[in-house]
Amino acid sequence: MDHRPQNWGRPRDDIYGGYDVSYMAPNAEPNTHTQSPVVTGTSVVALKYKDGVIMAADNLASYGSLARFPSVQRLMPFADTSVLGFSGDVSDMQYISRHLTSLSIDEAYGVQDPLNAANLHRYLSKLLYSRRSKFDPLWNNILIAGFDSDDKPFLASADLLGTTYSSPSLASGYGSMLAQPIMRKYASTEEDAAKLTKEQAIKIVKECMKVLFYRDARSLDKYSLAVVTRKSGEEGGGGVQITQEKLEGMSWKFADRIKGYGTQTV
Amino acid sequence: MFRNNYDNDSVTFSPQGRIFQVEYAGEAVKQGSVVVGIRNAEELSSYQKKLFAIDEHVGIAIAGLTSDARVLSNFMKTQSMQHTMVYGRHMPLHQLASLLGEKAQLNTQHYGKRPYGVGLLVAGVDDKGTHLYEFQPSGMAEEMVAFAIGARSQMARTYLERNIEKFADCGREELVMHGLKALKESLVQDKELTVDNTSVGVVGLVKDDSTGRTKVEPFKVHDGRDVKDWIDAVSDDKDDDDDDDDDEEEETTTSAAPAAGGDSMEVDS
Repeated sequence: MDHRPQNWGRPRDDIYGGYDVSYMAPNAEPNTHTQSPVVTGTSVVALKYKDGVIMAADNLASYGSLARFPSVQRLMPFADTSVLGFSGDVSDMQYISRHLTSLSIDEAYGVQDPLNAANLHRYLSKLLYSRRSKFDPLWNNILIAGFDSDDKPFLASADLLGTTYSSPSLASGYGSMLAQPIMRKYASTEEDAAKLTKEQAIKIVKECMKVLFYRDARSLDKYSLAVVTRKSGEEGGGGVQITQEKLEGMSWKFADRIKGYGTQTV
Repeated sequence: MFRNNYDNDSVTFSPQGRIFQVEYAGEAVKQGSVVVGIRNAEELSSYQKKLFAIDEHVGIAIAGLTSDARVLSNFMKTQSMQHTMVYGRHMPLHQLASLLGEKAQLNTQHYGKRPYGVGLLVAGVDDKGTHLYEFQPSGMAEEMVAFAIGARSQMARTYLERNIEKFADCGREELVMHGLKALKESLVQDKELTVDNTSVGVVGLVKDDSTGRTKVEPFKVHDGRDVKDWIDAVSDDKDDDDDDDDDEEEETTTSAAPAAGGDSMEVDS
Protein backbone atom coordinates (compact mmCIF):
# COMPACT_ATOMS: atom_id res chain seq x y z
CA MET A 1 0.00 0.00 0.00
CA ASP A 2 1.31 3.35 -1.03
CA HIS A 3 0.48 5.80 1.73
CA ARG A 4 1.20 8.96 -0.30
CA PRO A 5 -2.14 10.46 -1.42
CA GLN A 6 -0.65 12.01 -4.58
CA ASN A 7 -0.06 8.50 -5.94
CA TRP A 8 -3.55 7.12 -5.24
CA GLY A 9 -5.62 6.32 -8.27
CA ARG A 10 -2.62 6.40 -10.61
CA PRO A 11 -1.06 3.53 -12.49
CA ARG A 12 1.57 2.07 -10.17
CA ASP A 13 5.15 2.84 -11.07
CA ASP A 14 6.31 -0.64 -9.99
CA ILE A 15 3.96 -2.21 -12.54
CA TYR A 16 3.71 0.29 -15.40
CA GLY A 17 6.97 2.19 -14.98
CA GLY A 18 7.31 5.88 -14.24
CA TYR A 19 5.17 8.44 -16.04
CA ASP A 20 6.80 9.70 -19.21
CA VAL A 21 6.20 13.46 -19.25
CA SER A 22 7.22 13.74 -22.88
CA TYR A 23 3.85 12.32 -23.96
CA MET A 24 2.04 15.33 -22.54
CA ALA A 25 4.55 18.00 -23.62
CA PRO A 26 2.73 20.41 -25.99
CA ASN A 27 5.73 20.72 -28.32
CA ALA A 28 8.44 18.20 -28.87
CA GLU A 29 10.67 21.11 -29.88
CA PRO A 30 11.22 24.45 -28.23
CA ASN A 31 9.39 27.54 -29.48
CA THR A 32 11.06 29.23 -32.40
CA HIS A 33 11.05 32.84 -33.47
CA THR A 34 11.80 34.23 -36.92
CA GLN A 35 15.37 35.51 -36.80
CA SER A 36 15.63 36.24 -40.50
CA PRO A 37 13.33 35.94 -43.49
CA VAL A 38 13.66 32.96 -45.86
CA VAL A 39 11.53 33.34 -48.98
CA THR A 40 11.31 37.05 -49.70
CA GLY A 41 9.68 39.58 -51.95
CA THR A 42 11.51 42.74 -52.96
CA SER A 43 10.28 46.34 -53.37
CA VAL A 44 6.73 47.64 -53.44
CA VAL A 45 6.13 51.10 -54.92
CA ALA A 46 3.04 53.25 -54.52
CA LEU A 47 1.97 56.73 -55.54
CA LYS A 48 -1.06 58.85 -54.76
CA TYR A 49 -2.90 60.75 -57.50
CA LYS A 50 -5.95 62.98 -57.50
CA ASP A 51 -8.63 60.27 -57.31
CA GLY A 52 -6.79 57.41 -55.62
CA VAL A 53 -3.57 55.47 -55.32
CA ILE A 54 -1.44 53.33 -57.67
CA MET A 55 0.63 50.47 -56.27
CA ALA A 56 2.94 47.96 -57.95
CA ALA A 57 5.09 44.98 -56.93
CA ASP A 58 6.74 42.31 -59.03
CA ASN A 59 5.61 38.68 -58.88
CA LEU A 60 8.85 37.17 -57.61
CA ALA A 61 9.42 35.31 -54.36
CA SER A 62 13.17 34.80 -53.97
CA TYR A 63 14.89 32.09 -51.96
CA GLY A 64 17.99 33.99 -51.00
CA SER A 65 19.39 35.13 -54.34
CA LEU A 66 17.61 32.33 -56.22
CA ALA A 67 14.55 33.43 -58.22
CA ARG A 68 12.55 30.55 -56.74
CA PHE A 69 8.81 31.36 -57.28
CA PRO A 70 8.21 33.58 -60.34
CA SER A 71 4.43 34.03 -60.09
CA VAL A 72 3.55 35.10 -56.56
CA GLN A 73 1.22 38.07 -56.30
CA ARG A 74 2.37 40.38 -53.52
CA LEU A 75 -0.52 42.84 -53.76
CA MET A 76 -3.66 41.99 -51.85
CA PRO A 77 -7.03 43.72 -52.09
CA PHE A 78 -8.93 44.23 -48.83
CA ALA A 79 -12.74 44.49 -48.85
CA ASP A 80 -12.53 45.96 -52.39
CA THR A 81 -11.65 49.35 -50.91
CA SER A 82 -7.96 49.07 -50.02
CA VAL A 83 -4.79 47.42 -51.28
CA LEU A 84 -1.85 46.04 -49.33
CA GLY A 85 1.61 45.56 -50.80
CA PHE A 86 3.98 43.19 -49.02
CA SER A 87 7.73 43.07 -49.14
CA GLY A 88 9.81 40.81 -46.93
CA ASP A 89 8.99 37.29 -45.82
CA VAL A 90 6.46 35.58 -48.06
CA SER A 91 5.20 33.07 -45.48
CA ASP A 92 4.49 35.92 -43.05
CA MET A 93 2.71 37.69 -45.92
CA GLN A 94 0.54 34.61 -46.39
CA TYR A 95 -0.17 34.49 -42.66
CA ILE A 96 -1.24 38.15 -42.57
CA SER A 97 -3.22 37.69 -45.76
CA ARG A 98 -5.18 34.75 -44.30
CA HIS A 99 -5.73 36.72 -41.10
CA LEU A 100 -7.05 39.75 -42.99
CA THR A 101 -9.25 37.64 -45.23
CA SER A 102 -11.00 36.17 -42.19
CA LEU A 103 -11.23 39.69 -40.73
CA SER A 104 -12.90 40.99 -43.88
CA ILE A 105 -15.28 38.02 -44.00
CA ASP A 106 -16.28 38.71 -40.38
CA GLU A 107 -16.76 42.33 -41.37
CA ALA A 108 -19.03 41.38 -44.25
CA TYR A 109 -21.52 39.65 -41.93
CA GLY A 110 -24.21 41.55 -40.07
CA VAL A 111 -24.09 45.30 -39.70
CA GLN A 112 -21.54 46.83 -42.04
CA ASP A 113 -18.85 49.06 -40.57
CA PRO A 114 -16.22 48.63 -43.25
CA LEU A 115 -12.66 49.29 -42.17
CA ASN A 116 -11.07 51.87 -44.45
CA ALA A 117 -7.39 51.93 -45.37
CA ALA A 118 -6.53 54.21 -42.44
CA ASN A 119 -8.24 51.84 -39.97
CA LEU A 120 -6.50 48.89 -41.59
CA HIS A 121 -3.11 50.59 -41.40
CA ARG A 122 -3.59 51.31 -37.71
CA TYR A 123 -4.66 47.71 -37.09
CA LEU A 124 -1.67 46.25 -38.94
CA SER A 125 0.79 48.54 -37.20
CA LYS A 126 -0.53 47.35 -33.83
CA LEU A 127 -0.33 43.73 -34.98
CA LEU A 128 3.26 44.14 -36.20
CA TYR A 129 4.30 46.01 -33.07
CA SER A 130 2.78 43.43 -30.74
CA ARG A 131 4.62 40.67 -32.59
CA ARG A 132 7.95 42.46 -32.49
CA SER A 133 7.38 42.99 -28.74
CA LYS A 134 7.11 39.21 -28.36
CA PHE A 135 10.48 38.98 -30.13
CA ASP A 136 8.67 37.10 -32.89
CA PRO A 137 8.22 39.71 -35.61
CA LEU A 138 6.24 39.32 -38.81
CA TRP A 139 9.09 40.07 -41.22
CA ASN A 140 7.35 42.42 -43.60
CA ASN A 141 7.25 46.00 -44.74
CA ILE A 142 3.65 46.66 -45.76
CA LEU A 143 2.29 49.54 -47.83
CA ILE A 144 -1.42 50.23 -47.37
CA ALA A 145 -3.35 52.22 -49.97
CA GLY A 146 -6.97 53.31 -50.09
CA PHE A 147 -9.04 56.09 -48.57
CA ASP A 148 -9.25 57.62 -45.11
CA SER A 149 -12.33 58.61 -43.11
CA ASP A 150 -12.52 61.93 -44.98
CA ASP A 151 -12.57 59.96 -48.26
CA LYS A 152 -9.19 61.38 -49.26
CA PRO A 153 -6.56 59.11 -50.88
CA PHE A 154 -4.52 57.36 -48.18
CA LEU A 155 -1.08 55.80 -48.40
CA ALA A 156 1.05 54.65 -45.46
CA SER A 157 3.68 52.13 -44.48
CA ALA A 158 4.02 49.78 -41.51
CA ASP A 159 7.14 47.71 -40.97
CA LEU A 160 8.19 44.71 -38.91
CA LEU A 161 8.98 46.92 -35.91
CA GLY A 162 5.60 48.63 -35.99
CA THR A 163 7.10 51.86 -37.32
CA THR A 164 4.65 53.87 -39.41
CA TYR A 165 4.90 56.77 -41.79
CA SER A 166 2.97 58.31 -44.60
CA SER A 167 3.84 60.23 -47.76
CA PRO A 168 2.37 61.06 -51.21
CA SER A 169 4.69 58.39 -52.60
CA LEU A 170 6.14 55.39 -50.80
CA ALA A 171 8.44 52.54 -51.69
CA SER A 172 9.88 49.68 -49.66
CA GLY A 173 13.24 47.92 -49.92
CA TYR A 174 15.41 48.84 -52.90
CA GLY A 175 12.53 50.96 -54.14
CA SER A 176 13.07 53.42 -51.29
CA MET A 177 16.48 54.16 -52.81
CA LEU A 178 15.77 53.79 -56.54
CA ALA A 179 12.08 54.53 -57.07
CA GLN A 180 11.35 57.13 -54.39
CA PRO A 181 13.54 59.86 -56.01
CA ILE A 182 11.76 59.34 -59.33
CA MET A 183 8.30 59.58 -57.77
CA ARG A 184 9.30 62.62 -55.70
CA LYS A 185 10.31 64.41 -58.88
CA TYR A 186 6.61 64.37 -59.88
CA ALA A 187 4.87 64.39 -56.48
CA SER A 188 7.02 65.70 -53.67
CA THR A 189 4.03 67.17 -51.82
CA GLU A 190 0.39 66.27 -51.28
CA GLU A 191 -0.59 69.23 -53.47
CA ASP A 192 1.54 67.98 -56.36
CA ALA A 193 0.15 64.46 -55.99
CA ALA A 194 -3.39 65.83 -56.02
CA LYS A 195 -2.71 67.26 -59.49
CA LEU A 196 -1.61 63.97 -61.04
CA THR A 197 -4.04 62.15 -63.29
CA LYS A 198 -4.43 58.38 -63.17
CA GLU A 199 -2.59 57.97 -66.49
CA GLN A 200 0.33 60.13 -65.35
CA ALA A 201 0.60 58.25 -62.06
CA ILE A 202 0.52 54.85 -63.76
CA LYS A 203 3.23 56.00 -66.18
CA ILE A 204 5.48 57.11 -63.29
CA VAL A 205 4.99 53.85 -61.40
CA LYS A 206 5.72 51.80 -64.53
CA GLU A 207 8.90 53.81 -65.02
CA CYS A 208 9.90 52.99 -61.43
CA MET A 209 9.30 49.28 -61.99
CA LYS A 210 11.57 49.39 -65.04
CA VAL A 211 14.39 51.13 -63.15
CA LEU A 212 14.01 48.58 -60.35
CA PHE A 213 14.22 45.66 -62.79
CA TYR A 214 17.37 47.12 -64.32
CA ARG A 215 19.11 47.64 -60.97
CA ASP A 216 17.60 45.25 -58.40
CA ALA A 217 19.00 41.75 -58.81
CA ARG A 218 16.07 40.28 -56.80
CA SER A 219 13.40 41.62 -59.14
CA LEU A 220 11.34 40.30 -62.05
CA ASP A 221 9.97 41.81 -65.26
CA LYS A 222 6.47 40.51 -64.50
CA TYR A 223 4.59 42.57 -61.95
CA SER A 224 1.14 43.38 -60.55
CA LEU A 225 -0.29 46.88 -60.79
CA ALA A 226 -3.15 47.95 -58.53
CA VAL A 227 -5.35 50.99 -59.03
CA VAL A 228 -7.51 52.02 -56.07
CA THR A 229 -10.28 54.44 -56.86
CA ARG A 230 -13.15 55.83 -54.85
CA LYS A 231 -16.23 53.63 -54.83
CA SER A 232 -18.92 55.43 -56.76
CA GLY A 233 -22.63 55.04 -56.01
CA GLU A 234 -23.57 52.49 -58.67
CA GLU A 235 -22.31 48.90 -58.66
CA GLY A 236 -18.96 48.17 -60.23
CA GLY A 237 -17.67 51.73 -60.23
CA GLY A 238 -14.30 52.25 -58.56
CA GLY A 239 -12.80 49.93 -55.98
CA VAL A 240 -9.64 47.92 -56.49
CA GLN A 241 -8.35 46.82 -59.90
CA ILE A 242 -5.24 44.64 -60.08
CA THR A 243 -3.74 43.90 -63.49
CA GLN A 244 -0.74 41.80 -64.55
CA GLU A 245 1.97 43.70 -66.43
CA LYS A 246 5.19 42.86 -68.23
CA LEU A 247 8.07 45.29 -68.69
CA GLU A 248 8.61 46.31 -72.27
CA GLY A 249 10.87 48.63 -74.26
CA MET A 250 14.04 47.77 -72.40
CA SER A 251 17.56 47.79 -73.82
CA TRP A 252 20.08 45.30 -72.50
CA LYS A 253 22.75 46.00 -75.13
CA PHE A 254 25.09 47.35 -72.48
CA ALA A 255 25.03 43.95 -70.77
CA ASP A 256 27.41 42.58 -73.43
CA ARG A 257 30.23 44.65 -72.03
CA ILE A 258 29.75 43.53 -68.43
CA LYS A 259 32.31 40.87 -67.58
CA GLY A 260 33.25 39.00 -64.47
CA TYR A 261 29.94 37.37 -63.51
CA GLY A 262 28.31 34.00 -64.26
CA THR A 263 29.85 31.44 -66.52
CA GLN A 264 31.84 33.76 -68.80
CA THR A 265 35.48 32.89 -69.34
CA VAL A 266 36.50 36.50 -70.24
CA MET B 1 -42.55 30.56 8.88
CA PHE B 2 -41.64 34.05 7.66
CA ARG B 3 -38.05 33.21 6.88
CA ASN B 4 -36.46 35.35 4.18
CA ASN B 5 -35.70 32.99 1.33
CA TYR B 6 -33.58 35.45 -0.59
CA ASP B 7 -30.72 36.07 1.80
CA ASN B 8 -28.82 32.81 1.61
CA ASP B 9 -26.21 34.08 -0.78
CA SER B 10 -25.17 37.23 -2.56
CA VAL B 11 -25.94 35.91 -6.02
CA THR B 12 -29.71 35.73 -5.60
CA PHE B 13 -31.90 38.75 -6.24
CA SER B 14 -35.17 39.03 -4.30
CA PRO B 15 -38.29 39.53 -6.43
CA GLN B 16 -38.00 43.22 -5.56
CA GLY B 17 -34.50 43.35 -7.01
CA ARG B 18 -32.63 43.51 -3.70
CA ILE B 19 -29.55 41.57 -2.68
CA PHE B 20 -30.02 41.00 1.04
CA GLN B 21 -26.51 39.78 1.80
CA VAL B 22 -25.18 43.09 0.49
CA GLU B 23 -27.62 44.99 2.69
CA TYR B 24 -26.72 42.83 5.72
CA ALA B 25 -23.06 43.51 5.01
CA GLY B 26 -23.90 47.17 5.35
CA GLU B 27 -25.05 46.37 8.90
CA ALA B 28 -21.53 45.18 9.72
CA VAL B 29 -20.43 48.81 9.44
CA LYS B 30 -22.58 49.56 12.47
CA GLN B 31 -20.61 47.01 14.51
CA GLY B 32 -17.49 49.12 14.11
CA SER B 33 -16.57 51.93 16.48
CA VAL B 34 -17.32 55.46 15.43
CA VAL B 35 -15.25 57.42 12.95
CA VAL B 36 -15.96 60.94 11.78
CA GLY B 37 -15.13 62.65 8.52
CA ILE B 38 -15.95 66.23 7.70
CA ARG B 39 -15.56 68.69 4.87
CA ASN B 40 -16.97 72.06 3.97
CA ALA B 41 -19.85 71.20 1.75
CA GLU B 42 -20.85 73.09 -1.36
CA GLU B 43 -24.17 71.37 -1.19
CA LEU B 44 -25.39 69.26 1.66
CA SER B 45 -27.31 66.81 -0.42
CA SER B 46 -28.09 66.24 -4.04
CA TYR B 47 -29.76 63.75 -6.31
CA GLN B 48 -27.88 60.76 -7.62
CA LYS B 49 -26.30 61.51 -10.98
CA LYS B 50 -27.41 59.03 -13.60
CA LEU B 51 -25.86 60.17 -16.88
CA PHE B 52 -22.26 59.34 -17.76
CA ALA B 53 -20.02 59.84 -20.77
CA ILE B 54 -18.37 56.65 -22.03
CA ASP B 55 -16.41 58.20 -24.85
CA GLU B 56 -16.58 61.26 -27.05
CA HIS B 57 -19.40 59.69 -29.07
CA VAL B 58 -21.23 57.60 -26.46
CA GLY B 59 -23.06 58.26 -23.22
CA ILE B 60 -25.23 56.16 -20.90
CA ALA B 61 -28.14 56.64 -18.55
CA ILE B 62 -28.49 54.16 -15.69
CA ALA B 63 -31.38 52.77 -13.67
CA GLY B 64 -30.72 50.28 -10.88
CA LEU B 65 -27.68 49.37 -8.80
CA THR B 66 -25.20 52.21 -9.23
CA SER B 67 -22.25 50.05 -8.29
CA ASP B 68 -23.08 47.54 -11.03
CA ALA B 69 -23.46 50.41 -13.47
CA ARG B 70 -19.96 51.59 -12.58
CA VAL B 71 -18.57 48.19 -13.51
CA LEU B 72 -20.37 48.22 -16.85
CA SER B 73 -19.44 51.83 -17.52
CA ASN B 74 -15.80 51.01 -16.85
CA PHE B 75 -16.02 48.04 -19.21
CA MET B 76 -17.55 50.15 -21.96
CA LYS B 77 -14.94 52.89 -21.55
CA THR B 78 -12.15 50.33 -21.79
CA GLN B 79 -13.59 48.66 -24.88
CA SER B 80 -14.24 51.95 -26.60
CA MET B 81 -10.71 53.20 -25.90
CA GLN B 82 -9.20 49.95 -27.10
CA HIS B 83 -11.16 50.12 -30.33
CA THR B 84 -9.93 53.65 -30.88
CA MET B 85 -6.36 52.55 -30.27
CA VAL B 86 -6.46 49.51 -32.57
CA TYR B 87 -8.51 50.90 -35.46
CA GLY B 88 -8.12 54.66 -35.09
CA ARG B 89 -11.84 55.39 -35.20
CA HIS B 90 -14.87 55.66 -32.93
CA MET B 91 -16.29 52.28 -31.96
CA PRO B 92 -19.50 51.49 -33.85
CA LEU B 93 -22.38 51.45 -31.37
CA HIS B 94 -23.80 48.09 -32.31
CA GLN B 95 -20.42 46.53 -31.54
CA LEU B 96 -20.32 48.13 -28.12
CA ALA B 97 -23.92 47.15 -27.40
CA SER B 98 -23.46 43.53 -28.41
CA LEU B 99 -20.26 43.26 -26.37
CA LEU B 100 -22.15 44.57 -23.36
CA GLY B 101 -25.01 42.16 -24.04
CA GLU B 102 -22.70 39.17 -24.27
CA LYS B 103 -20.93 40.09 -21.06
CA ALA B 104 -24.19 40.41 -19.15
CA GLN B 105 -25.67 37.25 -20.66
CA LEU B 106 -22.79 35.14 -19.33
CA ASN B 107 -23.79 36.13 -15.81
CA THR B 108 -27.22 34.58 -16.34
CA GLN B 109 -25.73 31.25 -17.32
CA HIS B 110 -22.78 30.67 -14.99
CA TYR B 111 -22.86 28.98 -11.62
CA GLY B 112 -22.01 31.33 -8.79
CA LYS B 113 -22.60 34.52 -10.72
CA ARG B 114 -25.45 36.99 -10.53
CA PRO B 115 -26.89 39.21 -13.25
CA TYR B 116 -26.04 42.91 -13.24
CA GLY B 117 -28.78 44.71 -11.33
CA VAL B 118 -28.93 47.64 -13.68
CA GLY B 119 -30.57 48.69 -16.90
CA LEU B 120 -28.93 51.12 -19.29
CA LEU B 121 -29.83 53.41 -22.12
CA VAL B 122 -26.83 53.73 -24.42
CA ALA B 123 -26.89 56.74 -26.74
CA GLY B 124 -24.31 57.65 -29.32
CA VAL B 125 -23.30 58.38 -32.87
CA ASP B 126 -21.12 56.54 -35.37
CA ASP B 127 -20.65 56.28 -39.14
CA LYS B 128 -24.15 54.87 -39.45
CA GLY B 129 -25.73 57.87 -37.71
CA THR B 130 -27.42 58.24 -34.34
CA HIS B 131 -28.29 55.28 -32.15
CA LEU B 132 -30.13 54.50 -28.94
CA TYR B 133 -29.83 51.09 -27.30
CA GLU B 134 -31.72 49.64 -24.39
CA PHE B 135 -29.75 47.24 -22.21
CA GLN B 136 -31.27 44.84 -19.69
CA PRO B 137 -29.68 42.57 -17.07
CA SER B 138 -30.83 39.55 -19.10
CA GLY B 139 -28.18 40.49 -21.65
CA MET B 140 -30.65 41.95 -24.08
CA ALA B 141 -29.27 44.98 -25.92
CA GLU B 142 -31.57 46.20 -28.66
CA GLU B 143 -31.77 49.33 -30.72
CA MET B 144 -34.70 51.63 -29.97
CA VAL B 145 -36.09 54.83 -31.46
CA ALA B 146 -37.09 56.10 -28.05
CA PHE B 147 -37.24 54.34 -24.71
CA ALA B 148 -37.52 54.79 -20.97
CA ILE B 149 -36.41 52.48 -18.17
CA GLY B 150 -36.61 52.63 -14.39
CA ALA B 151 -39.29 53.25 -11.78
CA ARG B 152 -42.62 54.45 -13.22
CA SER B 153 -41.12 54.50 -16.70
CA GLN B 154 -44.28 53.07 -18.25
CA MET B 155 -45.85 56.52 -18.28
CA ALA B 156 -42.84 57.94 -20.09
CA ARG B 157 -42.92 55.10 -22.61
CA THR B 158 -46.58 55.78 -23.26
CA TYR B 159 -45.75 59.38 -24.03
CA LEU B 160 -42.89 58.37 -26.33
CA GLU B 161 -45.05 55.83 -28.13
CA ARG B 162 -47.73 58.41 -28.72
CA ASN B 163 -45.23 60.83 -30.29
CA ILE B 164 -42.88 58.40 -31.98
CA GLU B 165 -43.72 59.55 -35.51
CA LYS B 166 -42.49 63.07 -34.74
CA PHE B 167 -38.96 62.29 -33.52
CA ALA B 168 -37.32 61.67 -36.89
CA ASP B 169 -37.99 65.23 -38.04
CA CYS B 170 -37.28 66.91 -34.70
CA GLY B 171 -34.43 69.33 -34.22
CA ARG B 172 -32.17 69.09 -31.21
CA GLU B 173 -34.20 71.42 -28.99
CA GLU B 174 -37.51 69.81 -29.87
CA LEU B 175 -36.08 66.39 -29.07
CA VAL B 176 -34.92 67.58 -25.65
CA MET B 177 -38.44 68.93 -25.05
CA HIS B 178 -39.96 65.58 -25.91
CA GLY B 179 -37.46 63.86 -23.60
CA LEU B 180 -38.33 66.14 -20.71
CA LYS B 181 -42.06 65.84 -21.34
CA ALA B 182 -41.76 62.06 -21.29
CA LEU B 183 -39.80 62.31 -18.06
CA LYS B 184 -42.46 64.53 -16.56
CA GLU B 185 -45.08 61.88 -17.23
CA SER B 186 -43.26 59.49 -14.94
CA LEU B 187 -43.21 61.81 -11.93
CA VAL B 188 -45.19 61.04 -8.81
CA GLN B 189 -47.88 63.43 -7.58
CA ASP B 190 -46.56 66.80 -6.33
CA LYS B 191 -43.10 66.22 -7.78
CA GLU B 192 -41.79 68.29 -10.61
CA LEU B 193 -38.70 68.66 -12.72
CA THR B 194 -36.22 71.11 -11.23
CA VAL B 195 -32.67 72.15 -12.03
CA ASP B 196 -31.58 69.96 -9.11
CA ASN B 197 -33.21 66.70 -10.11
CA THR B 198 -32.92 66.84 -13.88
CA SER B 199 -30.05 66.42 -16.25
CA VAL B 200 -30.00 66.08 -20.00
CA GLY B 201 -27.34 64.23 -21.94
CA VAL B 202 -26.85 65.18 -25.57
CA VAL B 203 -24.66 63.60 -28.23
CA GLY B 204 -25.10 64.25 -31.91
CA LEU B 205 -23.82 65.03 -35.34
CA VAL B 206 -23.26 68.62 -36.42
CA LYS B 207 -22.29 70.11 -39.73
CA ASP B 208 -18.76 71.41 -39.79
CA ASP B 209 -19.12 74.76 -41.58
CA SER B 210 -15.54 74.78 -42.89
CA THR B 211 -15.58 71.34 -44.53
CA GLY B 212 -19.29 70.75 -45.01
CA ARG B 213 -18.92 67.28 -43.46
CA THR B 214 -20.72 66.08 -40.35
CA LYS B 215 -18.71 65.66 -37.18
CA VAL B 216 -19.43 64.41 -33.69
CA GLU B 217 -20.79 66.79 -31.11
CA PRO B 218 -19.29 65.12 -28.03
CA PHE B 219 -21.60 63.64 -25.39
CA LYS B 220 -22.31 66.31 -22.83
CA VAL B 221 -24.33 66.17 -19.64
CA HIS B 222 -26.29 69.35 -19.03
CA ASP B 223 -27.45 69.94 -15.47
CA GLY B 224 -28.04 72.72 -12.98
CA ARG B 225 -28.28 76.09 -14.71
CA ASP B 226 -27.78 74.53 -18.14
CA VAL B 227 -31.20 72.87 -18.06
CA LYS B 228 -33.12 75.80 -16.60
CA ASP B 229 -34.43 77.08 -19.92
CA TRP B 230 -35.46 73.62 -21.04
CA ILE B 231 -37.27 72.91 -17.79
CA ASP B 232 -39.03 76.26 -17.90
CA ALA B 233 -40.10 75.51 -21.45
CA VAL B 234 -41.82 72.26 -20.48
CA SER B 235 -43.28 73.51 -17.22
CA ASP B 236 -47.07 73.42 -17.11
CA ASP B 237 -49.21 75.62 -19.41
CA LYS B 238 -46.29 76.55 -21.61
CA ASP B 239 -45.90 76.08 -25.33
CA ASP B 240 -42.60 75.34 -27.00
CA ASP B 241 -42.88 76.17 -30.66
CA ASP B 242 -40.26 78.89 -30.37
CA ASP B 243 -37.32 76.53 -30.66
CA ASP B 244 -34.70 76.87 -33.33
CA ASP B 245 -33.97 73.94 -35.60
CA ASP B 246 -30.48 72.51 -35.35
CA ASP B 247 -28.94 69.49 -36.99
CA GLU B 248 -29.78 65.89 -36.39
CA GLU B 249 -29.42 64.91 -32.76
CA GLU B 250 -29.68 61.92 -30.52
CA GLU B 251 -30.48 62.67 -26.96
CA THR B 252 -31.34 60.84 -23.84
CA THR B 253 -32.64 62.17 -20.60
CA THR B 254 -33.32 60.77 -17.17
CA SER B 255 -32.94 61.68 -13.58
CA ALA B 256 -36.26 62.44 -11.99
CA ALA B 257 -36.18 62.28 -8.19
CA PRO B 258 -36.66 58.69 -7.06
CA ALA B 259 -38.87 57.83 -4.13
CA ALA B 260 -37.01 57.88 -0.83
CA GLY B 261 -34.11 55.40 -0.94
CA GLY B 262 -34.48 51.96 0.55
CA ASP B 263 -38.08 51.44 -0.46
CA SER B 264 -38.83 48.39 -2.44
CA MET B 265 -38.88 49.16 -6.12
CA GLU B 266 -42.16 49.66 -7.86
CA VAL B 267 -42.78 47.09 -10.51
CA ASP B 268 -44.30 48.33 -13.70
CA SER B 269 -45.33 45.99 -16.40
